[in-house]
Amino acid sequence: MPDLGLEVLFKGKNMLRLLDGLGVALKISLIAVAISIPLGLLLGILMTRKNPIVRALLRLYLEFIRIMPQMVLLFLVFFGATRVFGWNLSGELSAVIVFTLWGTAEMSDLVRGALTSIPAHQYESGAALGLTNAQTFFYIIIPQTVRRLIPLSINLITRMIKTTSLILMIGVVEVLKVAQQIIEANRMSSPGAAFGVYLFVFFLYFIVCWPIGRLAKYLEKKWV
Amino acid sequence: MAETILSIEHLKKEYDGKPVLDDVSLKVKKGEVIVIVGPSGCGKSTLLRCINALEPIQGGEIRLHGEPIGSSPKQLATLRQKIGMVFQSYELFPHLTVMENIILAPTKVQKRTKADAQTEARTLLSRVGLADRADSYPRQLSGGQKQRIAIVRALCMHPEILLFDEVTAALDPEMVHEVLQVLLDLAEQGRTMLIVTHEMQFARAVADRILFLDDANIVADAAPEVFFDTPVSERAKNFLSTFTFERKNKNSQDAALRV
Repeated sequence: MPDLGLEVLFKGKNMLRLLDGLGVALKISLIAVAISIPLGLLLGILMTRKNPIVRALLRLYLEFIRIMPQMVLLFLVFFGATRVFGWNLSGELSAVIVFTLWGTAEMSDLVRGALTSIPAHQYESGAALGLTNAQTFFYIIIPQTVRRLIPLSINLITRMIKTTSLILMIGVVEVLKVAQQIIEANRMSSPGAAFGVYLFVFFLYFIVCWPIGRLAKYLEKKWV
Repeated sequence: MAETILSIEHLKKEYDGKPVLDDVSLKVKKGEVIVIVGPSGCGKSTLLRCINALEPIQGGEIRLHGEPIGSSPKQLATLRQKIGMVFQSYELFPHLTVMENIILAPTKVQKRTKADAQTEARTLLSRVGLADRADSYPRQLSGGQKQRIAIVRALCMHPEILLFDEVTAALDPEMVHEVLQVLLDLAEQGRTMLIVTHEMQFARAVADRILFLDDANIVADAAPEVFFDTPVSERAKNFLSTFTFERKNKNSQDAALRV
């Protein structure tokens, strides 16, 4: 039987430290999600407006965020802001800022897509029944948009949670960083620890993201 | 003499500078059933859409009970309650059940109680033979059923005039009949209706007046017997001939020999 290095997990407080690391990753991604959703809704609605300047600016923002690898954005905010503006942002705050910028951009595009996918006839049908624009929006358009949006935004949330594995690059001690520290510390006593520890990290991401993914699937089916 | 409900005067509608309706005038009396026919793209649907201001107009005036349509958004919403419209593609709200579809506008726009609206909805549903479908979602219904629901949804607002925009055009042939039967019943009840359709036999059966639209204007306005049996204009004759089929040589000596 090869040495899987699983015993390292039960040494000292290793298991607890890994869970703490997961907590940091979840905290950062969930704060970012909580800010991104309302902002994304707002920007998404603005993107469907006719004003060409507003649309061009939002488009530019979206494309900028999309083109940049998240890692570059993290470096830009964490190191760049310190250099240029003299702000001493912590790693965690930088991560929240970057994930919020990213989440808002992606969310706004999802909202825009969902809104424009509602056929014009649905608006007309509401108008023909004597509903005001606000009533049509509230009773007909929004409920249909939300149904299309929920599965998509849940997928975005899992992507944001997974991408927190990058923030160790700006010195945030999240689950992956803790894993590396544990492996380093036990290099002599159990050289095979890498496998066991990373397997456990995989398992941690899995128990967080899998239920969320199932929820998305379920809602997608329910609201076809 | 019945009162005039709807009057259209010198209506002008353009798409990108091209006239779709050019100086169209029309008076609709209470209880009248008017069927509008004409070749594709002649502006039949546009005419209906102008009547409840789904399309902005470039000239002329449309009045319902003497009140011009489209002076302010608030007034428009009030007037639209009096004009029921049914579309080609039903346009039920997919996230709501049949019952919720029907009572949405009565409860939210007319502020009627839910119980009152539901009672009326049930009566209307059973009249179109769909009493057992109140809790279904639109996706669980056939095209013909959806269209009958859409008609009930419009009726539940107590409109004074009903507009039907090619309501059977998207249906399979066997479902066309069930929907047209509902329209015939409504005509029997003395409803005021404007119907755009390509079903000529139905037009003949249901109409008090046939309007023939071509080249952005009303070319003929006649009783159905007159319009179908003795069409006056050449264009109407040509149009009607597109609904009949003939094999020139069938049964003739020539054809028999060639076989």
